[in-house]
Amino acid sequence: MDTSTNGFKSGSRLERVLRAGHFAVTAELGPPQNADPEVIRQKARLLAGVVDAANITDNQTAIVRMSSVGAGVIAWQEGLEPVMQMTCRDRNRLAMQSDLLGAYALGLRNVLCLTGDHQSFGNHPTAKNVHDLDSLQLIQMVVGMRDGKCFQCGDAIKGVEPRFFVGAAANPFGDPFEWRPLRLAKKVKAGASFIQTQLIYNVPRFADFMARVRELGVHKDVYLLAGIGPLKSPGMAKYMRDEVPGLDVPDEFVDRMAAAADGIDKEDKKARAAAWKKEGIKVAVELIQQVRQIEGVSGVHLMAIEWEEAVRPIVEGAGLLPRPEPEPILTAA
Amino acid sequence: MIIGEQKPFEEIKGLIAEAEKVLVVGCGTCVTVCFAGGEKESGLLATGLRMTTKIDGAAKDVTHTTVQRQCEWEYIDPLAEQIEQADVVLSLGCGVGVQALAERFPKAIVLPGLNTSFMGLPTEQGVWEERCAACGSCILGLTGGICPIARCAKQLLNGPCGGSQNGLCEIGHDTPCAWQLIYDRLKAQNRLHLLMEIQPPKNWSTSRDGGPRRITRQDLRLASEVAE
Repeated sequence: MDTSTNGFKSGSRLERVLRAGHFAVTAELGPPQNADPEVIRQKARLLAGVVDAANITDNQTAIVRMSSVGAGVIAWQEGLEPVMQMTCRDRNRLAMQSDLLGAYALGLRNVLCLTGDHQSFGNHPTAKNVHDLDSLQLIQMVVGMRDGKCFQCGDAIKGVEPRFFVGAAANPFGDPFEWRPLRLAKKVKAGASFIQTQLIYNVPRFADFMARVRELGVHKDVYLLAGIGPLKSPGMAKYMRDEVPGLDVPDEFVDRMAAAADGIDKEDKKARAAAWKKEGIKVAVELIQQVRQIEGVSGVHLMAIEWEEAVRPIVEGAGLLPRPEPEPILTAA
Repeated sequence: MIIGEQKPFEEIKGLIAEAEKVLVVGCGTCVTVCFAGGEKESGLLATGLRMTTKIDGAAKDVTHTTVQRQCEWEYIDPLAEQIEQADVVLSLGCGVGVQALAERFPKAIVLPGLNTSFMGLPTEQGVWEERCAACGSCILGLTGGICPIARCAKQLLNGPCGGSQNGLCEIGHDTPCAWQLIYDRLKAQNRLHLLMEIQPPKNWSTSRDGGPRRITRQDLRLASEVAE
């Protein structure tokens, strides 16, 4: 299906929502560590109609899971548009391109190009990593297949070329801090159409990052979705503050989560967990409202890891339901 | 230089278990400088093996010698007689040395006593760090003299990933982020513009991925060998 004439890169739902100027909402769906399609279907049902698209992670944190292509197709069957994540850790340029062809043939239309967590974090720490390409080069390759109709080697794609809406990640809190807006600009220069950021808790620091992005003028050339994640407990907040590389969780969030269970009997674990979750959702809604005020933010990317049930109340709480129904460009395969 | 580390003693004992006469061959170049397989280490290992096998009740005849360079025929050829007399040869050279001995003396059972670790340098007394991955296509001119192939855990070519924090790599172990180092160096040199250029996919064919590598210099070849 040729969409090159109507100005759309791929015509995916996510692209149409963003192009129409709606504040987009994406979420994350982690495939199971087994071959059960029902797990995907259940999670997809929680997200379909609540978000515009959902990222299907690719061996997230270097733990073997159902492939993002396979899980993405199942999600799509449930009416949830997938954003196929693709990391550079596990595949070389041949495998990546063949997966892109297969994914497109199966109806997938969005891809998020990532470096990938180091394998030492996962369940196969003795594996050999690939990194034939880095994420910048992966973006260029996917865009080249779409717009140049050629493989990375330069050979022409004879027949149907895969036309993906290409995204990339940005971590406003990685170091060197002053390099991060430049790296984002570099990804846009490589051809990324949308960006999803790392989880944001330190909004002032994110605002500084965005100010620099605007100075570079990059916000006009890319849709930036701010990463938001509900905290589940004070323990999780602490862990994310202290242990996860590239995250910036100010102390106030740890304190606020801890305070949420004040006055609840320590033995009543159920009530305490419920209070924490309620607070976590409330915090996420507030964060959405704050980042939405920042110029250059086109939407939010919700990362409720293994807590897909939280997505609906967050989206609803932020006043982002119902999701818009953008004009169709092409029928879903 | 090539940095190596002696294998655990128990592993070495296991490797030579079937032999009675063992010749330990040290190397006088890289592995001497990194205190892994020189004259001193060969002597200590031979002594240790003699003692431990004696205590175990099956004393082995362990002798040792060290050559200037295990990776050149002319230095290892004089070992022919000693190698002939040994049941196994335990090389304390790098992987190149082990293979040179095995190639020159096809009948000999040559075993590695070292793990060849990397190409690097001593950054402090007793500390060695990797610096070069021998990718066969040097980009140090673009990266401020700091190699992301050898020193970035993901061999990235276009800047640091999201896991760079406080100057350290996400894999931890106090590993510096190579791209933070590159960034700092280029910034200090007013050459940050180099980082804004998108580096294309690397040609890995000059690396190990292209198969075993060989360099031939016609200007250095001997007429007699070329004729063969």
